[in-house]
Amino acid sequence: MTALPYVDGNMLDGPLGEVFAVDLSTATARCAHCGTTGPVAGLRVYSHAPGLVGRCPTCVEVMVRLVRAPDRAWLDLRGTTFLQIPIP
Amino acid sequence: MGIVTPGFQGRPRAEAPDLPPGQYLTPDFPVLSAGPTPRVPRDTWEFVISSETGTEYRWSWDEMMALPQETPTVDIHCVTRWSKLGTTWRGVSLDTLLDGVDTAADYALAHSYGGYSTNLPLEDLRDGQAWLVHTYDGDDLPAEHGGPARLLVPHLYFWKSAKWVRGIHLTVEDTPGFWETAGYHDYGDPWREQRYQGD
Repeated sequence: MTALPYVDGNMLDGPLGEVFAVDLSTATARCAHCGTTGPVAGLRVYSHAPGLVGRCPTCVEVMVRLVRAPDRAWLDLRGTTFLQIPIP
Repeated sequence: MGIVTPGFQGRPRAEAPDLPPGQYLTPDFPVLSAGPTPRVPRDTWEFVISSETGTEYRWSWDEMMALPQETPTVDIHCVTRWSKLGTTWRGVSLDTLLDGVDTAADYALAHSYGGYSTNLPLEDLRDGQAWLVHTYDGDDLPAEHGGPARLLVPHLYFWKSAKWVRGIHLTVEDTPGFWETAGYHDYGDPWREQRYQGD
C-alpha cells in the first residue's frame, strides 16, 4: 500500500484564510482543561500584559494567547480543543 | 528665522542615558498581569527550589524572613516599553537561597501561584543579580505587584521577574515559560532589545 502524498503548507492558505477571516467573536470554543464550551466572546481576556490572554470563564485556565510584534504575531491555542465557526 | 527650529527641544526619550533602546521613562508603576491576581496568605506561602534530581529545598514565610535580607535599588525595564529607575526593594538574594543547593543544572524555570512561569539561565540568578523580594519602597509588596513575594531580576526584561513566585525548578534543558512559548525572547536582555524570538 502506498503512503498518501502530502503537499506543502501553501495548501492551507485558502482554508485557513476562510477561517480566520471570519468574526471569531461569533465562534464557539471548547476549553482543553475543563471542557466548558461557549462563545469566544465569553472568554476573559487579560490585555494589560505583554500579549492578549484569553481565559476560560469557568476554570480560568488559559485558552488562547496572542502576541503581536511589529512584523509578526504568535497565536497559541493549545488550551482550546476546538473552535466552532459559523460559515454560511 | 533662526536656524534652530524652536520645536526641536530636549532630546528624544530613546537617547536618555539610563534607558535601554526603545524604552520610555515612567514615574508610575504600571500593573501588568496575564490573569487574575492570586491572594496568597503568608501562613500558607512557601518557596521551593527543586533540583534536576528531584531534591527539594523548602522555605516557609518565617524561614525566608529569617534569612539575611538585602535592600537593592535597581532600574526595571518592561518589554511593553516602560522603564522605572531607582526602585528600592527588600528581600533575599538568590545567592543565599541557592547556597547549599546541590545542582549541576544550567537553567531555571520560575513558577508562580496562579500558573505563570518564566525561564532563565541559572547563572543569571547568581552573583548578586537576583532576589526574592517582599517589600517595595518600604511597604509590603502589594498583591497586584506580585506580593507576598516576587522574583526580581532587573538586568532582564521585567516579565522574567515572576510575580507571586512559588518556586524554581532547576533543569538541565532550557524549558521556555509562559511568554517564551508565545513569541517572546528566551533571554530578554533589554540593552540588546531582545523582545521577541529572533531579536
